[in-house]
Amino acid sequence: MAPLPNGWEMVVGLEVHTELKTATKLFCGCANAFGAAPNTQVCPVCLGLPGSLPVLNEHAVDLAMAIGMALHCTIAPSTFHRKNYFYPDMPKDYQISQYDLPINSGGYLDLPDGSRVSIERAHMEEDTGKTTHLGGSGRIHGADRSLVDYNRSGVPLVEIVSGPDIRTPEQARAYASELRGILIATGASDGRMEEGSMRIDANVSVRRPDAPFGTRCEIKNLNSLRSLQRAIEYEALRQIELIEDGGTVRQETRHWDEVAGETSTMRTKEEAEDYRYFLEPDLVELAPDAAWQQRIREQLGPMPAARRAALSALLSHPQPAQLDAIEVVVDLELDEYVHAAAAAQADVAIALARAANEVAGNLESRSNLTTDAFSATVLMEQRGELSATQAKTVLGDVLASGGDPAAAAAARGFEQMSSDSLSSTVAGLIDANPDEWQRYRDGDDKLAQFFIGLVMKATKGQANGKSVIAELQARR
Amino acid sequence: MSNVLRREDVAKVATLARLTLSDEELDLYTEQLSKVLQHAQDMNQLDLTGVAPTAHPFGLKNVVRADVVTPSLDHDAVMAMAPDAEDGRFAVPRIVGEAP
Repeated sequence: MAPLPNGWEMVVGLEVHTELKTATKLFCGCANAFGAAPNTQVCPVCLGLPGSLPVLNEHAVDLAMAIGMALHCTIAPSTFHRKNYFYPDMPKDYQISQYDLPINSGGYLDLPDGSRVSIERAHMEEDTGKTTHLGGSGRIHGADRSLVDYNRSGVPLVEIVSGPDIRTPEQARAYASELRGILIATGASDGRMEEGSMRIDANVSVRRPDAPFGTRCEIKNLNSLRSLQRAIEYEALRQIELIEDGGTVRQETRHWDEVAGETSTMRTKEEAEDYRYFLEPDLVELAPDAAWQQRIREQLGPMPAARRAALSALLSHPQPAQLDAIEVVVDLELDEYVHAAAAAQADVAIALARAANEVAGNLESRSNLTTDAFSATVLMEQRGELSATQAKTVLGDVLASGGDPAAAAAARGFEQMSSDSLSSTVAGLIDANPDEWQRYRDGDDKLAQFFIGLVMKATKGQANGKSVIAELQARR
Repeated sequence: MSNVLRREDVAKVATLARLTLSDEELDLYTEQLSKVLQHAQDMNQLDLTGVAPTAHPFGLKNVVRADVVTPSLDHDAVMAMAPDAEDGRFAVPRIVGEAP
């Protein structure tokens, strides 16, 4: 966005909640799976029935530590607290969360633009049930009653709290995007914002440069990176206008309305919320020893930044479009195709383009495409045995039904145009168009396109443009 | 001995816990809770240099279970417990205000 008016600066911190990809909930053995029929994944523990006792899920701890390690946090002995409140999304009337002693604290995340955002903490807690408000507008005000599904109640979450280090909406988006990539790379989350498995709240305030922080508002209902960016921009401008008109910003929670493109008051925080936190007496201290931590550290693969660098290193002078392709490839975890192609001496630029477009466009069937088949297709394209268009078609066929790219090319009738037959075709066309050929020889490079067009017509598109140019240049 | 807790503090905690207390109960609990709090304050006088904070009286740590799915409750049995149900979900009165 354009700089803020009159020298104002925005100060943004993000709270990102991510559901962990465990088989079961945080404190009971109910399945942690999205999309089941309502209230079919519930038990006495996650329904808060009297006498039930929570037992911590070991794998949730594994994933929480993996997130902490990827964010350079310190992993410390931690405890669980009860956060008491009355709302039907939590049948116990409290949420179990980590409070003063979180498992991860004091880390950072480096963004692609070189900036660094500090991570205050990344703690474990349980998710709440899902409420649906009926009647009226569908929003809470005006609803006759609310329906509750407790399948999500007790699903393990990690809440990652950044420092107030973010200064632009674009930086906020880059942070959330990079964090999402890290959550996927650690195996902790699938990062699906549309399914709510990654949710973002933004704390926004404005100030004059070097002045103390202003009063902040917390914005909820940010369901996409686009919403995040738009909401922060709107909110900062709203606060500036308010202050410049002589008003003051109240500390409050605000709701982002994606359709209207504005935030509105949900509830004020004039009276600081009093959750009466106290130690959860049914859970004991969590203090992973060095061996446990080491086991998680050893399982941690390279993070997106390192993987982008590894792909860039395959190119001598990465172009902007190639850097974009690398981002797509890393985001969709298609790295292995490009690395396999590079190892097979295939052209990395072609491999990147095919991975970021054709493979990325058919993600659900990627298991049909082996890295060998991918490399072989790229090699055929680069040797001129397939044109770019033909190579895309062949990749599409192999993605759809598996098999060997050479066989797929043959089945399509993409007969390999031998260099002998291309050579004689070009020679014949030169003889038939002596004037154009002479102008091309005299230095009119535009005429290369004229000859390529003739060759394509003569070969019904089977020839490879680069091979034709090579053939023309050899005869020039 | 004067109470370390004020009557208003007890009234506020009661409100937060959704408890309705009579005037007599407020007086009674103000006195009782003050004694509990006073006891904690007395313990705060102790010199605990070098004593690690206690997270739990049992002194256990890392009590965990394997991430293996166990059967959930029967859906009909669950909904039978609901004061009111609709569409396989718990129906609750209209909610004022959003979740914390």
